[in-house]
Parts: sequence; C-alpha cells; structure tokens
Amino acid sequence: MKRFLLSLSLSFSFFFGFAAHAEPWTSPVEQLRKVGPEGAGNTEAAAAWNALTALGPEMLVPVLTAMQGASPLARNWMGTAVETVFDRALAAKTAMPGEAIEAFVLNREHEPNARRLAFELYARLSPEEAAALVPGFADDPSPALRRDAVAKLLEDGRAQLESGDQSKSLATLKAALDAAREVDQIDAVTKLLREKLAQKVDLPKHFGFLSHWHLIAPFDNTGRAGFDRVFSPEQTIQLDAEYTGKEGKPVKWQAYATPDDYGKVDFNQPFGPIKEVAGYAYTEFQAAEARDAQIRLGCKNAWKVWFNGELLFGRDEYHRGQRIDQYSLPVKLKQGKNTILVKACQNEQTQDWTVQWEFQLRVCDATGTAILATDRQPTPEKAAPARRRPAKSE
Amino acid sequence: MRLFLPTSLSLALFLFLAMPVKADWLNFRGPHGSGYAPDITTTVGELSAQTLAWKVTLPGRGLGSPVVVGERIFVTAASGPEQQQLHLLCFSVKDGTALWERRFWATGRTMSHNKTNVAAPTPASDGERIYALYSSNDLICVDLEGNLVWMRGLTLDYPNASNSLGMASSPIVVGDTLVAQIENDSESFAAGFDLVTGVNKWKLDRPKSANWTSPTVLHKDGEAIVALQSSDGILGLLPSTGSSVFTIPGGASTIPSAAASGDELFIPANGITVVKLGASGEEPRKIWNQSNQRPGTPSVLVAGEKLFLINNAGVLTCANRASGEVLWEMRLKGPFSGSPVAGGDGKLYLFSEQGVGQVVDSSGEKGVVLSEIELGETILSTASLDDGALYIRSDGHLWKFAKK
Repeated sequence: MKRFLLSLSLSFSFFFGFAAHAEPWTSPVEQLRKVGPEGAGNTEAAAAWNALTALGPEMLVPVLTAMQGASPLARNWMGTAVETVFDRALAAKTAMPGEAIEAFVLNREHEPNARRLAFELYARLSPEEAAALVPGFADDPSPALRRDAVAKLLEDGRAQLESGDQSKSLATLKAALDAAREVDQIDAVTKLLREKLAQKVDLPKHFGFLSHWHLIAPFDNTGRAGFDRVFSPEQTIQLDAEYTGKEGKPVKWQAYATPDDYGKVDFNQPFGPIKEVAGYAYTEFQAAEARDAQIRLGCKNAWKVWFNGELLFGRDEYHRGQRIDQYSLPVKLKQGKNTILVKACQNEQTQDWTVQWEFQLRVCDATGTAILATDRQPTPEKAAPARRRPAKSE
Repeated sequence: MRLFLPTSLSLALFLFLAMPVKADWLNFRGPHGSGYAPDITTTVGELSAQTLAWKVTLPGRGLGSPVVVGERIFVTAASGPEQQQLHLLCFSVKDGTALWERRFWATGRTMSHNKTNVAAPTPASDGERIYALYSSNDLICVDLEGNLVWMRGLTLDYPNASNSLGMASSPIVVGDTLVAQIENDSESFAAGFDLVTGVNKWKLDRPKSANWTSPTVLHKDGEAIVALQSSDGILGLLPSTGSSVFTIPGGASTIPSAAASGDELFIPANGITVVKLGASGEEPRKIWNQSNQRPGTPSVLVAGEKLFLINNAGVLTCANRASGEVLWEMRLKGPFSGSPVAGGDGKLYLFSEQGVGQVVDSSGEKGVVLSEIELGETILSTASLDDGALYIRSDGHLWKFAKK
C-alpha cells in the first residue's frame, strides 16, 4: 500500500511539476479542459474521457486535482470520469488510494466541488473516518462540505434544546449560524434561536444584504418597452436631480431603507402598486480592499444591474418566481467606493401574484460569505405591528 | 479493403435482424411523442401488488418518464438543496438491478417551482444513445453503457435561456437530429442538435413566452415533420434543417402538448383543434374544433379512432377522433400532472398526483376502470409502456409492473 501511495505521490508531482513527463491522464485532462461553447471540443473530449476511464484508480487524485481552474463543463467531464473509475475499482475490489483521497479532501486549496466529490468517494471507502471529518468543515470554503457540518451542529443544537440544556444549545446554534451559508440552514437556525432561545439575529448582516438605497420611479414601461429604454439614471447618477417620469410627471430620488430580514427593496412601498413602470435603486458600497466578490440578486421583475457604471446583466422575465441568490454576478470590488444601480421593471399583469415590484441584493464571496461595507449602517428596525383598531361593537 | 463476414457471423446477423423487435419507449409519451403505442398489443392490464415486478429507490425527485431501450431502462433525477446534482441512471429491465449511474453538477439555473423539479424533461434515445435534458439546460449524451459522448451547458451558451418556474419540455430524436424546445420569457429558442457531436445543426428564435410543451412528430408522404407548439400556435419544421414547413397561427396551450397521428395533429388550442397536413406547399387544413373540450395539465392522447382528454377536475373525456363528438366521460381519481398513455389493446394508463395508478379499458361504449393501485407517493410523471409491462417513476422510486 505504501509503495502504491508513493507511486501515486510521484505521479502527482510529475503531473503538476514536470509537464515534460506525461502521465497517462495528462493529455486527456488537457483535452477535457479545452471543451468550449456550443459543443466545441466534444468529439475530442469523448475520446479523452474514454482514455481516462480506461485507467485504474491511480488517476483519481490527479484528475480531481485538475478540476481546479477548469470550466464547469470540463469539471463535469472529469468528475464523471473519476466516479466511473472509482465505481469500477470498488466493484473489482482494486486497491484504492484512500489516504490520498482523504488528503485531497482536507486540502482547502482544491476546487470545492472536487473536494465534495472526493469526500463522497472517501465516505464509501471509510464511512466512519469520513464522518469524523465532518465537524472540521464548519469553516470550510466549500459550501457543499460546510453544509454537512452545519447539519451536524443543527442536529446537536436541537438535541440539546430537547434535553433542556439551553446554554449549550445556544452556543451550538450560534456556531451553526456562523457557519451556515445556505438559506434553508440559515432559516432553520434562526428560527430556533429566535423562537426557542429569544435571541436577536441580524439576518441582513449575516447574509450581507444591502438595506439602504435611493429609489426613483416611475418611468414608463408600457408594453414592456421600458426594459430596453435608457432613462436618465442609466446615464448619470445625480441624487438631487429631477427627471420627467411616466405620463410626464416629475420624479426625484428618495432615500429608502428596508428592515426586511431578506433585504427586500419594495418599490410598491413608496410608489404604490402601479403597473407598467420602471424604477431604479442606487447605493454605494465602501470596500475594505480590492477583491473578487459576487453580487447576488433575487428578483421576479425584469431587471438590470450596473456595477461601477458597467452593465453586469439584465433579464426580461416577469413574475416566474424569486428567491435569495437567484442570480450570481461576479464582480471585482475596488477598495473604497463602489456603485450599484438596479433597474426593476413592473409589467402589465393584474393577477394577485404579479403585484410584487421588488428585489433583494447582497454582496458576498464565492462561498456565500457576506462581505460587509466598511461604513455599513445598522439594519433598520422593523416597525411595530400596527395596532388593531377596535371594532365599533367592542 | 473488402469486408468479409464469415458465414456463421452472417447467419447470426440474419437471425438477429429477423427476430421480433422489442418495443422500445424512446422518449416522452413514446412513439412520435404522442402517447399511443399500437405495436404494444398486450399491455400489463392490471396494476396490483401481484403485477408489481420490482421497485427501486431513486436518489432524487424527477418528473421525467423512464426511457426503455432493449433490456435497459433509463431515468433522470435531481438532488441537493438547490437541485444542483443531476443524475442519469440505468437499470436492468429484468430485475431493476442498477447498472450504472452518472452524476453531473448543473451548469445552469436550478430554480423551479416547488411542485416541479430540475429533472422534469424526459430523456430521449435513438436506440444507441441517451440524451438527457434538465431544467438547468444541461444536455448530456451518453451511450447505453454510460460512456459520455457529449455535453452541452445551454445556459452557459445562451445565458438568458431559463425559466424561474422551471423548464419541462422533453426533447425528441427525429432522424439524425435531436430536437429541443428551450422556450421561456427571455432568450427563447428551439434547436436541432447533431446526435454524435452535440453541436447545433440549427437554432431558431421562438416566442418569448414560457412554454412547457414538447415536440411531436407528424408524417406526410414518408417525411417526418416536427410540430413545435407555443403560445403563437404551431410551427412545423424539417428536423434536420429547422426549415419551416407550415405554421398554424392563433395560439395554443403552453402546458398540455398536442398529439400527432400520421398527418393529423390534435392541438390543445381554443379547446381542441384538429388539423390535417396538406400537400407540399399548402397550409394544414382544419378538420374540426371543439371549444368546450379543454385539457388540463395532461397532454392529448389519440389512440386508434378515439381521442382522450383529461381536464383539471380529473374527468376523462373520450371523443370520436374524426368528428370530436363526445362518446363518453368518466371521473377518475385525479388530479393529474402526468399524461395518459395507451397500447394497441385500448387500455389507458394514468397516475394521479397522489400516486393512484388507474387502468381504463376504452374499447367499449363506456370507459371501465379495470384496476387501481395506490402507490402512496407523489407522481407527477407519465408512464412508459413495454410489451406486457409498465414503468412509472414516483418522487422516490422507479416501479415496474409486469403481466403475470
């Protein structure tokens, strides 16, 4: 076994350190990395995939490693090749590089999905050892690995609650919230913290939702034509300017802050539930450092987003659904001031499920961890529920 | 170089070709994408514990039907908190043994309404390969052994091609082309893909409107014509080039699909509208229309001389295909998301959303429920037929029923 691992380690070194010494997977992997748009390179990729899957389990770790920096399509070609070889070797009871796979899982420099796949393979080889790794994933950069650790913390926190140990449960659930990056888990932890342990949870801050904006509306979107039409806020941002809006009425920027847990910016609040209109939201984001980031948007109206004056993406779909992180838009934050402009269009539909004219936007890294502005303002307090007016008979 | 086949090999090949061809179920609603398999003259007949041959657990939900090729059955699924894990699975028809599984990470958007799922489209096959399309617009081709042949990430290529409610149109192989409708409110298109390389043979813009219907195949003078249904109506085109052959304006449903029978098309449009293809260069001719016959979610079925519709109240209507005259109606245990399918023996197979499988004998003057089974799981899919057998996928399992 040690000789096998030594050989594997040498192979690994050769693959990445000495390109001149080609291992049997070197050329196929290079070919898979070349798959391009609209089917380019598919024929060559199929041949490369066949070459890879003809190899033994010595190819597993090198091919998993090669997924770093590969395109999503290339990762799928490689991932299926790895699983195919693994399945066959497992069925044939061929010796597997279990220790190397475990080492691959634990090396946080590798591609997140590749590490998740490696973890699943390792769990099939050594279920107990793999389960023992899970708590260590709580701060892992791979969301797919982190998820298991959060699930374990949630399970433990629930059990502690049920056994009456509130202080232990509080510590466990706070750890779960710190670790959680996916909406369903964040919701589950928050519910327990708020309802069972009477804790305050600042969800907008946890997610990194931007709660403070300037809004201007309504511009004309009759016949959905406003989506492509360039209104003044797309040309220049001047927060004290007044423009001519829909039906010739004057429109001005106004400050808006949302207390919503999920950062929903609701145009209907200041402007009313109007139809066939377009609105803009503008905010600034002070970044501590220049870095890669993502703007993540949820919106069920047609929308466009500009970052530092450049159009990132636009989508003309109306009322088909909205969720947190519906769209992920990669950006490069500048140190200091960055600008974000959102255009949200409302269409002509009149059904009750087409009333919403809103979006939610957060800034985070690729794992979903919030990136907070250096001048982030406190999350606005929710207004107290309106008191019910007593009925005349009361 | 001359090829020479030894006599024994030639004889074996002859015997192989002379053997009866097993009925395969290659795509959504089987032959021509219309739900009726006249060549399957003996269907399972009864859905019961006695005819349950096997069931296997699936790794995730899905709405796509199983595809049957020879002794293998293929089905898709999606799993994970955001449905980002795509599965393509192959089982033995005989006993449900898992033969292989391929997993992929979705490269497109996986958001969908909670009721549906990323594995909503049914895969298609040409008998040699499987073409699996997912709501994320991942389009994957493998051979029958599970070897990857090609992959496309259509949302990578066309970034606004998606539907936040989920896509569901199933592709179909016609001749040497895989035809798929990727139709939505934004970057809406249909395309023909090369079966071997996966590259576009053609791509055409389609109405910017969400559309969950699937292509069906008409035949006229020995030529196959694909009918694409949408809110604009029907577009008939040649599958290998995408060239338009005819258009039927006036709109059509975007949920239940039409049924093709030879050169006639039964369209869920203004109730039901039936058209017959004309001579080359002529537009199709309307045969009849019944505005009060409105199918719900299930697609239209034409079996022999009869037309079948199911409305959202679970009422099955049987009509004369030539005139639209209603022959009988019966209320089944609905509601239904999956579509009815039928074999040549006149038996219809339907599964309700609550997992109630029902067999209806349509051969008499009234419909008769022959058997019924409660599977205890949500079923939003359409059954697939085989000689004396039926396959259905529920949220958690793939089931086979077989004639004893």
